[in-house]
Amino acid sequence: MSKQLYYEDVEVGTELPPLVKSPSSQQLVKWAGASGDYYQIHYDKDFAQGTGLPGIIVHGRLRASFMVQLMTDWIGEGGTLKKISCQQRGMDFPGEQLVCKGKVTKKYAENGEHFVECDIWAENPRGEKTAPGSAVVTLPSRG
Amino acid sequence: MSEGSAITDSIRAMIGVMADPVVMEVEAGAIKRFCQAVGDSNPLFIDAEHAKNGPHGGVICPPGFFGWPAKPAPMFSGPMASMMGEFAKAGFPGVLDGGIDFEFFQPIHPGDVLVSSAKIADIYEREGKTGKSLFGVIETTYTNQNGDVVARGRMTLIGRQS
Repeated sequence: MSKQLYYEDVEVGTELPPLVKSPSSQQLVKWAGASGDYYQIHYDKDFAQGTGLPGIIVHGRLRASFMVQLMTDWIGEGGTLKKISCQQRGMDFPGEQLVCKGKVTKKYAENGEHFVECDIWAENPRGEKTAPGSAVVTLPSRG
Repeated sequence: MSEGSAITDSIRAMIGVMADPVVMEVEAGAIKRFCQAVGDSNPLFIDAEHAKNGPHGGVICPPGFFGWPAKPAPMFSGPMASMMGEFAKAGFPGVLDGGIDFEFFQPIHPGDVLVSSAKIADIYEREGKTGKSLFGVIETTYTNQNGDVVARGRMTLIGRQS
């Protein structure tokens, strides 16, 4: 990956590089196979509409995995993702762009480790935050 | 709206119920397929040659991937399904995924064998803009072949009135 991010590189308010995803129906099928989640609302339009949905929707856990990637891309191989939380607030649909974003809310050293906390969220093309959440990472220090 | 608690005795009795443990094997190929499905090309997860010289001495699982079978606590079987059944009987038949929290304690490597143990950790009700909902929290603990707890997940299932 690119150069390592260090604790000293981030401040409260620092924005994470956004991760842009455009999940296709094909990607949802791949995810179903890779994750073992075969619920038909994610690939069978008639089934999805039969449950009252407008169409097939993106798996919540796939979206959560995008949020994990937002973090692991940012912290690099020397960083560690300690905690992540993703709420399900809205639905995302295949064919629509989904942008994962984040912002540093807190940084502190404790027991020799350097912690950074972030607010994270996924945003749809209408600017709605469909998956708000938070994450805690540790980063290497230059100190 | 406040016509008393919707949590019946049979719903309350579900708190603490555990699902059968599931053994999950972590295979390098399954990690690759998972990363491909996410669209994540991080070499730490998929490139053994690259990862050999990295901080973990080899590839690790992307956080949130725990091997196969990958969905150990499906809401459609076991005590979670029974819980949703009880929610439905109490007038909350709609099922929504409320979200997931993970805590990661140790990296997971290909070749690891994990045991995932899921239990119904909590059930509570909440009054929202669209009426009352029931919330069931499923806590899953992942333990590796050395007996170390490597991760813990908490998933919230929501029962709604329609």
